[in-house]
Formats: sequence, structure tokens, C-alpha cells
Amino acid sequence: MDLLNALVALLNFVVIPATAYGAQLALGALGVTLIYGILRFSNFAHGDTMALGTGFVILVTWWLQSLGVSLGPLPTAFLALPFGIAATAAVVLLTDRGVYRFYRRQKAAPVILVIVSMGVMFVMNGVTRFVIGVEEIRFADGARFLINANEFKKSTGLAEGLAFKASQAQTIAAAVLVVALLFWFLNKTRTGKSMRAYSDNEDLALLSGINPERVVAVTWIIASGLAVIAGTLYGLDKSFKAFNYFQLLLPVFASAIVGGLGSPLGAIAGGFLIAFSEVGLTYAWKKVATYVLPEALAPDGLAQLLSTDYKFAVSFALLIVVLLFKPTGLFKGKSV
Amino acid sequence: MKKLLAATAAVALMTGAAGAEDIKLGVILGFTGPLESITPSMGAGAELAMKEVSDSGKLLDGSTVTSVRGDSTCVDAAAATAAAERLVTTDKVNAIMGADCSGVTGAILANVAVPNGIVMISASATSPGLTSAEDNGLFFRTAPSDARQGEIIAKVLQDRSISSVAISYTNNDYGKGLADSIQAAVEAAGGSVSISAAHEDGKADYSAEVGALASAGGDALVVAGYVDQGGAGVIRAALDTGAFSTFMLPDGMYGNVLEEKFGSELDGSFGTVPGTDSAGGATFLEMATAAGFDGSSSYAGESYDAAALIMLAMQAAGSSKSADLAAKVMDVANAPGEKIYPGELAKGLELLAAGTDIDYVGASAVELIGPGEASGAYREYEFKDGKITTVGYR
Repeated sequence: MDLLNALVALLNFVVIPATAYGAQLALGALGVTLIYGILRFSNFAHGDTMALGTGFVILVTWWLQSLGVSLGPLPTAFLALPFGIAATAAVVLLTDRGVYRFYRRQKAAPVILVIVSMGVMFVMNGVTRFVIGVEEIRFADGARFLINANEFKKSTGLAEGLAFKASQAQTIAAAVLVVALLFWFLNKTRTGKSMRAYSDNEDLALLSGINPERVVAVTWIIASGLAVIAGTLYGLDKSFKAFNYFQLLLPVFASAIVGGLGSPLGAIAGGFLIAFSEVGLTYAWKKVATYVLPEALAPDGLAQLLSTDYKFAVSFALLIVVLLFKPTGLFKGKSV
Repeated sequence: MKKLLAATAAVALMTGAAGAEDIKLGVILGFTGPLESITPSMGAGAELAMKEVSDSGKLLDGSTVTSVRGDSTCVDAAAATAAAERLVTTDKVNAIMGADCSGVTGAILANVAVPNGIVMISASATSPGLTSAEDNGLFFRTAPSDARQGEIIAKVLQDRSISSVAISYTNNDYGKGLADSIQAAVEAAGGSVSISAAHEDGKADYSAEVGALASAGGDALVVAGYVDQGGAGVIRAALDTGAFSTFMLPDGMYGNVLEEKFGSELDGSFGTVPGTDSAGGATFLEMATAAGFDGSSSYAGESYDAAALIMLAMQAAGSSKSADLAAKVMDVANAPGEKIYPGELAKGLELLAAGTDIDYVGASAVELIGPGEASGAYREYEFKDGKITTVGYR
């Protein structure tokens, strides 16, 4: 019984939240890694692309709700996703036309493009706040729980409750689906193959007749699709606030770099690694330890390695350790 | 010549002692800065009392009282000190109603009020630190110390047989101070605090914070935060994960938004918020509306009371000087004596002139304890069927 209680507490406070958070990070990191692999720069505007895209999704969600449209147990936001992705892709493609293309033609060094992307980030940041505001917005509707903590306690008779939010399940399912689609696209389709060729060797790809502008455009569309999906899932699971997406940039980049920039598989592994480290290191293990260990060994203190205030520091620390010992990341991406 | 001099001196003494004068009271509040939204009503509250007294013509043989405003800025101790210095040395105010925020209040007290021997009555400084400040008996407040709220909360918990609590507080002076005072009071009452951890406002997700709180355990979670900020996020995460089902909500967590956000999920949770069922509060609200300001704004009633106490103490002392009135503030504020409500200042002044004792109740049920701070009247409420229901007053 005690072991079961420990397991449930662990699932409730560590495994489920970290898995959902990891899936959100992985989707964000995939976008970053894709742009790095193909366009060869770190896109600092990615966090704010997520915010802008989620903003579009929220606006469409509100419009749909006002029409009385809903998806039953699923959040209406899923219905709004395609509109959000289309709008965001349009904005991003226009940005590419107006800003990035100029520097690409100049064959500007990656570091210049990074600074350019920071400029784009500030503009998007402002536009998002201007359009949707700085306040916290909750736009989740439909069923809230798959497993409700109190009902779980009652039906199993355990001391610990297990909560599995619908948004967490949706996040994990959506992430699996999107990642499968992305890998299929990159490995099996002609466009996907041409993107990989362009990423591996730009000159050879150009010689074999691949249209670079098309590859760039498709990359931006996929990246904005990933960003909007990641942002919407994060907003559904937690809440939408423009500033939080800006802050999300750090763990997203940490995930991409830890996994190996340019490696899609690495981005996913990195996302989960960062999420589990953040949650695991700041969790107070007292409860689990009390259940598992014999009474004499049970800890008096909280058995918490780091205060929860240091969540972001965990991403930083992991990033530094990886850059010191394995600069190309866990999955042999490009070195930064 | 000698006679003339003596006569002049006698006349001068007479006017000094009994003649009508124009008394000036300083009103030092943060008219700019973080509290600028509530200070206009506070200032208006204090000036309403002054007008009432001036119009009655009963204070010290028909003296009038005028207000001189100063800006405390709430956060800048140097600016607040300079403003108070100007009021005391240039405008020659007899006493000060203010300041508002605890930090600047302490600065003005130490740098201006004590050196010049000027009485200060603050309506809104709640820091426990001011209780033990070096004040030579010159400082009073009509707002309760946060330490007092800690004691009230400990009592409420005890009455509900909750012996062990976890505390989550917003990471600033208010949250930390309140959490410390709750912890001290709960432990003094024989209860235990399993964890007292901070949360940052404005985050998207508090499941990690709640994870630590849940691991420490406790019968209830005390959320010393803000209702529009992280406090509500902590409650959301705690409810979602089933970590806690009973919450104790101090004053910063009081708000109708809780009903909208959580509804009956909070049933069984309870809280305290400054408030009184005294008739004075309602009277003051009407008077404020008639005077054209919002009397329900935070600390407006306390401001009226602070100004009223200064003037009643002057009458009791028979002098408008701070040195004389300081000793009388506690007498007029507390029993025994005839109860005086808002709008009855003239009656209070008459009684005092006749040598009768009064017990000033005012808008906020003033009762000064310890070194001259409000005992604090708190309303205890509880969630029933998703609605905030008043349980009683403490």
C-alpha cells in the first residue's frame, strides 16, 4: 500500500506534469532546431512566435465560442488551431520577405542573423501585447480532468490522489502525433528530403536544382506550425500570458542545444531531459521517501534539492554542463 | 511701562491658552506612487473630519483646522522625509496624519516626528516593525499591525481544530512579514507549520510549488498572497492535484473573483479580512458619499479616524501642541466613556470640554492597544456553496 501511495504521489507531482511540460518544450525546441538546421541561425523570436500564434488562436477561439461552436469534451482551441497556424505562418513569411531575406542574400554571418532575430523578437513581443494584452488569459474549455484527484482517492482508497488533466493528455497525444508527422515528412516526402539535403550541404543542394526560396518558405511554415501548436498546448495546460512565453525561450533553447542543435530527435530528448530535471530537482521528496523508506530512515526535512525559485537555473546549469563536455549536444547536432 | 508689559504678556498668555487659532494638520500620504489610487480617498477622509470639526466651532474655543498635504511617495524615504520636514518647519503643522506605507512612515517618524516632537497617526502602515519603533510616545496607528493578523489567523485555525498548516506566501515584504507572523502565532498556540515557502507572482504554473507544499503536508494551506496574482494560481494547482482541499486566506486573498474562479471548489475554506460590523462604518460610507468620495476605498475610514483622534486629543489636552496631546490619544480612543461615531465629532468635543470621558469608535471601531496601534477588527468568512459567507467578527 505504501509503495502504491509513493508511486501515485510520484506520478501526480513529478511524472505527469514533467511529461506534459517536456512535450511542450520538445515541440518548441523542434521549431528552433529546424530553423537552425536549415536557415543556420538561432531564432530568438521563437518564443514570441509562440505567443503571437497562441494569441491568434485565442482570438479565433473567442469568435467560435461566440458562434456557439464547440468540440464537446475537447477544447474549442483545437478547432481554431489551423486558423492560428495560417495567420502566424503569414506573419512569419512576411517577416522573412521583409527582414531575413535581405541578410540571407548578403550571406550575413549567423551571429548577425541572431541579432536580427532579436529585433524581430522585440517587435513581435510588442505586437502580441498590443493585440491581446498583457493579462493572464485562460481559454481552455471542455472537460478538465481525465482522472480527478478526489475521485481517485475515493475509488481506490489510497491516501494519495492522482490527477490527470485533460490538457496534459491532449498535450502528450498531440506531441506524439505532430512528431510522427514531422518525421514522416522529413524522411519520406520529396520536399522533406530536399530540406534535409539543403541542411546537409547547401551548395550541393543548389547544384542539384533544389529551389532555396521554397525550402526556406516551407521551413518557416513548419516552424510556425510547431510554434503555434506548442504555444496553444502550453496555454491550454497552464494559462496564456505574453511574458511567460518570452521566458519560455530559455528552456526551449536549452532543450534544443542539450539535444544537439539541428537534430530533431535531440530536440525531443532535450525537451524531456530539461523538463524532468526542472521538476525532479525542485520537488520535495519527503512524501515519497516517507512512504518507501523504513520509518527510522524517513527524512525530517523536505528532501528538496533546490527551491522551486531556481527552476530556470536548472536549465542554465544543464546547458553549461552540456556545452562544456559535449558541445554538439547529446545527439551530435552542429556545434554552436 | 511695567504695567503695560505685564498686561501685554497676560493678554498674550490668554490668547495662547484659550483664544481661537488656526490649527494646521499635516496629511502626508503617497499621492504619487504605488498607492496613488487609494490615497485620494484617504486624504479626503482625513479632511472630512477636519471640516466637521472646523464647522462645529467647538474645538478649543472655536479654532479652525486646515489640512496641509505632503507627498510621501510611499517608496522614497528621502522624498517623504523632505516633505515632512517642510510641513513641520515651514508650514508649522501641529501634528501629522500619515504616512501611508510602512517604510516611509518609519523614516518620517525617526527623522522628523521624533526630533521635532510631532505626533503622527498613520491610517495604513501595518508593518510589525513599527510596534517596537523608537517613538517617544508620539506614534499611533489606526491600522492593525500585520502581527495582529497572524494572531487572529492562529486563533481561527485553532477554533477549527486545524493544528498543522503549510504556508505559501508571495515573495515580497508583505507576504514574508505576514507568513512569519502567522508561523510565530501558530507555533505559539501549539500548532505546527510544516513548510513556509515563497511563490513568485505572475507565473503560468504553480504545480512545482504545490508539489513541495504537498510533500510537506498539513491540514490546510495558508495562502498569503494576492487574489489577482500568484495566490489564485497556487490554489488552482493545489485543487487540481488534490494536494489541499482546505485553504486559509489572509486579507490579500479576499475578493469576489474567488467566487468566479473557483465557485464551490473552495467550500470549507475560510479567511479573514479587515472589517467591522460597527454602526460607524455605515455612517461613514454615507458621509463619504455625501462629500463626494468613495468611503469604501481601503483605509479611508481609518484616515478619518486618525484625523479625528488628533483633534479630540487636542480638546482633551486643552492644547493644540503635540507635546500635550500625545498623552491624550489613548484616553479618547479607548473605553471608558461615551461612544462617539463618525459625524458626532461635535458631540465628542462638547463632552470633552465638559470634562466627560469619551470612547471614540469612529468608522473603523478604533481600539488602541500596546504602544498605540489598532487592535484590528477582522471579519471571518467562509465559502458556502461557492459564496463568501460571513461567519463572525474578531
